Amino acid sequence: MKRDIILSGVGGQGILSIATIIGDAAMNKGMFIKQAEVHGMSQRGGDVHSHLRISDEQIASDLIGIGCADLIISMEPMEALRYKPSLKKGGWIVTSKTPFVNIPNYPDVEKIYEELRKIGNVILVDAEEIAKANQMSRSVNMILLGAAADALGLDVKTLSESVARIFGAKGKEIVEMNVRALQLGAEQK
Amino acid sequence: MSEKQLLLGDHAIALGALHAGLSGVYAYPGTPSTEITEYIQLSPLARERKVHSRWCTNEKTAMEAALGMSFAGKRALVCMKHVGMNVCADPFVNSGMTGVNGGVVVVAADDPSMHSSQDEQDSRFYGKFAMIPTFEPSTQQDAYNMVQSAFELSESLKLPVLLRVVTRMAHSRAVVTTNSSIRDCNKLNPSENWRDWVLLPVNARKKNDMLTALQPKLHELSDKSEFNIQNKKGNGKKGIIACGIAYNYVMENVADMQEYDILRISQYPLPTEKIRSMASRCDSILVVEDGQPFVEEQLLGVLPHSIEIKGRLSGALPRTGELNPDNVRVALGLKAHEHAEPSETVVARPPALCQGCGHRSVYDAINNVIRNKYPDTKVFGDIGCYTLGALPPFSALSSCVDMGASITMAKGAADAGLEHAIAIIGDSTFTHSGMTGLLDAINENAAITVIISDNLTTAMTGGQDSAGLNKYEAICLGLGLDRNHLHVVEPLPKNMDEITRVITEELEYRGLSVIIPRRECIQTLSRKMKKQNAK
Ligand SMILES: Cc1ncc(C[n+]2csc(CCOP(=O)(O)OP(=O)(O)O)c2C)c(N)n1
Repeated sequence: MKRDIILSGVGGQGILSIATIIGDAAMNKGMFIKQAEVHGMSQRGGDVHSHLRISDEQIASDLIGIGCADLIISMEPMEALRYKPSLKKGGWIVTSKTPFVNIPNYPDVEKIYEELRKIGNVILVDAEEIAKANQMSRSVNMILLGAAADALGLDVKTLSESVARIFGAKGKEIVEMNVRALQLGAEQK
Repeated sequence: MSEKQLLLGDHAIALGALHAGLSGVYAYPGTPSTEITEYIQLSPLARERKVHSRWCTNEKTAMEAALGMSFAGKRALVCMKHVGMNVCADPFVNSGMTGVNGGVVVVAADDPSMHSSQDEQDSRFYGKFAMIPTFEPSTQQDAYNMVQSAFELSESLKLPVLLRVVTRMAHSRAVVTTNSSIRDCNKLNPSENWRDWVLLPVNARKKNDMLTALQPKLHELSDKSEFNIQNKKGNGKKGIIACGIAYNYVMENVADMQEYDILRISQYPLPTEKIRSMASRCDSILVVEDGQPFVEEQLLGVLPHSIEIKGRLSGALPRTGELNPDNVRVALGLKAHEHAEPSETVVARPPALCQGCGHRSVYDAINNVIRNKYPDTKVFGDIGCYTLGALPPFSALSSCVDMGASITMAKGAADAGLEHAIAIIGDSTFTHSGMTGLLDAINENAAITVIISDNLTTAMTGGQDSAGLNKYEAICLGLGLDRNHLHVVEPLPKNMDEITRVITEELEYRGLSVIIPRRECIQTLSRKMKKQNAK
């Protein structure tokens, strides 16, 4: 199995935690991993993205070629659309529906949904609503990850084990909440 | 025990250095190098071994302290972003002349495409300039292994070694298998040979001859290096030289090639024999290197003109910007992957100062003064979060060049007759390179207003300790500043009238003044609060 994944969002939205969980899950399955992250200037409320590659075979490049990504996971709809050229034909987009508006010229969000839907395989997740309804406002990113599980080719059980390992130090409650978030996400199809 | 770990390139370097028996890391933060030192600061092994890891005031003090540790017989690591090499160029180049006692490895993290830097300079030139060996890893595993080889080489040659990485190596994660054993630290063993270390001309001439005479051996070592590998399929006449990380982008595409003849270069100076041998087999050589055309230019001077050299200079690859699998693919003669055009709906989302950041109030006050009182004012900026004051909604800066330049440029402009000049500089940048310029300005009582916007941390790079914490007033007064023209204010919207008034009055004063707006960075503050609440 091989998945080339673009993770996107706005600085501070927690895309690196998503990457950490996927990376841990892949490593435990004995897969190869490369993940190019963004640190520095771009974190200050600017757009951020990360290239994550997992594969049963050796991986050469740290970056994913244009038109080669199997999947875009985005914490924000416009940030999902930004990486449209990266997506391969038939690839998937899993994105949170809620716009993060910190610029004066943020486009009409309906237009963004419409363009996303035109791309084809899109899952628009109302992750913030789900998080609010279930009192887990800090787990929006895990809801999204749950929704992406199928497209990732990693099952919720495998991802939950990684959540337990990574968040273990933060206590049982945090782990349980994030596992629950994964499950809620996985129900969004 | 050997272990598999998912490591950031920077972390692989740090761990490799610790496993090589490191006694001290000396560094000033800078993207993408910061995480090397941070890893060592948090490492239990480093704590157990009492490895020095406190941040230095700037890259020059870091390089010199490392040289001192080496003089005393121990292994030292120096880390910085590429522009830091300019700051420490003097001790760095001269460390090639003194040579080393304990091993010294200098890590320069370059930033092609300028993800968070002001230029794209290629640190391999510094390695060549200082005439010392340079390593350039392709993978995180290489990075881990190479630091250790670099320390060995440094001690066997008695020379410092440069390790050059780029953003995509420093900030990319992969699985690394670590050694089964960890080397001990060196014992204290100060050099007794003063002639090595006292670079008076009489000694320096000898050292210069020695260093120059060593160069053929360095080329030979590169020719034999396990890091410079050949990778060939079929009998193609098209040679490819790929350096460091660029090798990955070539390998990403080889599945679509019938035949290839690749030389990966990860140790410099150039492996001249390997290159000559490739040239005798091939009609053309494509040079794929991230950064500037360092190798390509050297080949143009070395090889017969019957061979076509292609790369960034020839236009086969873009002249600037970082390499990626796509531009390398095209240079290899392959068809680009099919892809969609960018959406026209998407707009830019530039980084901005945080809501509630103290720098915001400082710029609001400066803009009040400019708007209502002195529209001719020029504001000379510096490097840090507050550089974002150049962008809307503030659009307040006229310059930002290198760390410390705000004060000295304001002074030069005032010398030229500019009436209202403001320098704005952060607390960490001030101690890095602003203090010396302030002394110049104080000595001439230059008519400028220096604003040290103090958020008690080095915020831009993630909140590292700031070397001058709690000492700024004392530093300014110690340098000779008139006490009547030193002001401390709290940059909050409710104090806007006061701050605006202080700036106006000091701009009107025909001499030097320093204003220190002081309020903790809201990022470090909120991290502190979270920690407290967790307790
Ligand atoms: C020579 C050099 N070294 C390091 C850096 C990386 N760097 C950019 S801004 C900055 C810190 C600035 O801190 P400070 O002046 O306190 O301002 P703040 O970001 O806290 O507002 C650093 C270390 C650089 N640009 N140039």
